[in-house]
Amino acid sequence: MTSAKTRQNPTPETSSGQRPKPAPPNGAPVRATGAQALVRSLEAVGCEVVFGIPGGTILPTYDPLLDSTRVRHVLVRHEQAAGHAATGYAQVTGRTGVCMATSGPGATNLVTALADAHMDSVPVVAVTGQQSTGLIGTDAFQEADICGITLPVTKHNFLVTDPAEIPRTIAEAFYIASSGRPGPVLVDIPKDVQQLTTSFSWPPEQRLPGYRPVGKPHGKQIREAARLMTTARRPVFYVGGGVLKAEASAELAQLVDRTGIPVVTTLMARGALPDSHPSHLGMPGMHGTVPAVAAMQRADLLIALGARFDDRVTGQLSGFAPEAKVVHADIDPAEISKNRVADVPIVGDCKEVIAELTEAVDQAESEYGSGDLTEWWEQLSGWRERFPLGYDWPSDGTLSPEYVIERIGQLAGPEAVYTAGVGQHQMWAAQFINYQRPRSWLNSGGLGTMGYAVPAAMGAKAGAPDRQVWAIDGDGCFQMTNQELATCAIERLPIKVAVINNGNLGMVRQWQNLFYAERYSHSDLGTHRHRIPDFSLLAEALGGVGMRCESASDVDSVIERAMEIDDQPVVIDFVVGKDAQVWPMVAAGTGNDEIMAARGIRPLFDDDEG
Amino acid sequence: MSRHTLSVLVENVPGVLARVSGLFSRRSFNIESLAVGPTEHPEISRMTIVVSVEEQPLEQVTKQLNKLVNVIKIVELDPGSSVQRELLLVKVRADASVRSQVLETVQLFRAKVVDASPEALTIEATGDSDKLDALLRMLEPYGVREMVQSGMVAIGRGARSITATAVR
Repeated sequence: MTSAKTRQNPTPETSSGQRPKPAPPNGAPVRATGAQALVRSLEAVGCEVVFGIPGGTILPTYDPLLDSTRVRHVLVRHEQAAGHAATGYAQVTGRTGVCMATSGPGATNLVTALADAHMDSVPVVAVTGQQSTGLIGTDAFQEADICGITLPVTKHNFLVTDPAEIPRTIAEAFYIASSGRPGPVLVDIPKDVQQLTTSFSWPPEQRLPGYRPVGKPHGKQIREAARLMTTARRPVFYVGGGVLKAEASAELAQLVDRTGIPVVTTLMARGALPDSHPSHLGMPGMHGTVPAVAAMQRADLLIALGARFDDRVTGQLSGFAPEAKVVHADIDPAEISKNRVADVPIVGDCKEVIAELTEAVDQAESEYGSGDLTEWWEQLSGWRERFPLGYDWPSDGTLSPEYVIERIGQLAGPEAVYTAGVGQHQMWAAQFINYQRPRSWLNSGGLGTMGYAVPAAMGAKAGAPDRQVWAIDGDGCFQMTNQELATCAIERLPIKVAVINNGNLGMVRQWQNLFYAERYSHSDLGTHRHRIPDFSLLAEALGGVGMRCESASDVDSVIERAMEIDDQPVVIDFVVGKDAQVWPMVAAGTGNDEIMAARGIRPLFDDDEG
Repeated sequence: MSRHTLSVLVENVPGVLARVSGLFSRRSFNIESLAVGPTEHPEISRMTIVVSVEEQPLEQVTKQLNKLVNVIKIVELDPGSSVQRELLLVKVRADASVRSQVLETVQLFRAKVVDASPEALTIEATGDSDKLDALLRMLEPYGVREMVQSGMVAIGRGARSITATAVR
């Protein structure tokens, strides 16, 4: 273990927490270059931090960016990290995250992060430089058709060919990214367009004749949903990430308390209802809790709120919640009846939907009486008692990864922000940390992007400097994006990284163990056998504090030491056993009824047999 | 599977065709035909898209299309209450020995000859796809040397306009 030492870090000019809100810009047009217009537009929409890397075609914009007092620029080490940082910032603040890159490879490096934000509906605006208009289409140096490339992974994108269009395009990009179902928007600006002189005025007129997000739900559908909710015998709230995006946690808690209906929160919705809430059954899906999965399978009514019936939740679709009627509320009409036909479709913002449902339930109860859920809760409590989440200590005496993650959650507490990479550690972090508030759990749910944790934590720290930010990462994931520790050190973004180091691509190994006859093809990273890399030394090299922990008795003390360090990033290399597996599990391609609480134990299936 | 004709009003901006066609391929929807052209409003283009899908996927197609920021309005045109037309240009072998028979077929289908040479005639015909198929079947025995066919365009019958409400 290495002790914490003080390092002389350059102090950033401003700290994002204390920056005043931008004053409304003056409406009178002024002369400006396209680049100046771009920076002023970013200031005007309230952008406070940009994650990016300069390069040839975006250089004109970086010049006025140097003078901006309102926009902080964080120089990252790889553009993918700029994208994930913007995503982490957006997920923790609810505001739109911004990343910037040059043309060609700079822009293509953003693609993974944009696809990630697209799948998880995160408001992000990416600004990219492009070759000058005269060179577009000639295979010029660092030219890439980034609008074409990102067409399927963005909510919308723009190629700006006239500098006068920059303010309007930026205003529209932010509006599209943050309204309706949020998502990433890319704005590609050729170098000459940034250099030309134009006139800048704000606010610009927006022209989006084809973009009309629906917010207010239909009253008739709300009443019908409320009727089903009061008459159902075995109802379940199936809560997805849309509830967090709509800032509807308070409304949700009210509706849940009002109705007594049990709740499951998906991987994207952890924290939407406190885990400690008595009606909360946990996370559904492939690695969900037995009570959550069982409740959905046996339900006679699912009330889906901002969820999208993802295959990781439904398992084999034909066997999913076979007896349930479905109320499906989502702001995106295309999600409704996409995978599972909805009996009551509700298009609208979850905040309004849930508030109106709560009112409508009063009316419905006076008409139809209130449903008696006693029997249902008896059944649910039975599953809860018999199949709580748990884990075994490795028989070889190695450290249990679940224990490490559980302790981090307990010591860092519910006000901390937790990010994760993708794999076993992600599932354990979703299972064994208690989430009590919104915007405390950030992960790559839809795309499943390994390497998300560190840059997302960096972005989250920039957005919430007063909260403790923990990246729960795997040794595989960490090796994809750990270069950003240097950024964190220099930019004073003191995140904490817990590398759950099992020496392997753990989830791959788990599948190889279960489904490929224990043939471990290329999933051993050698991190254990060779101690390459030495994560503790790596952390030191990148400007952080490195620690290592290999035994249960040291776990609390290293976490506490990490929590004391607030001026540098910290990395703890938790060397854990390689054979721990994520349970419960619904094997891919099987139905949710075949959920295994542990290897060979199928509570629902065996129930039916017996 | 049933055929559906969608009239899609889109902003007349670069890249909009790629956005629409990309959406179809990405979501594994098959396009039977696609035609795009201007409307009476210079800022709006109109696409006529013919798809073969069941009712449920059709709903997905239109919802996904509606999500495209540049798509302004989508209307499904029922064949019974709309006029649907395709354009066919076909070059048929027609030397002196068969020319009069070919011309007779042309007249029968109210098509017209737009180019002639000693060996071949180029025929232009418009109609719905059944009519054009029938014409082609009649011409095939003479030898089709080359043909080109447009996507379908369609417009609703009666006085109502789908573009009137799309423009503000």
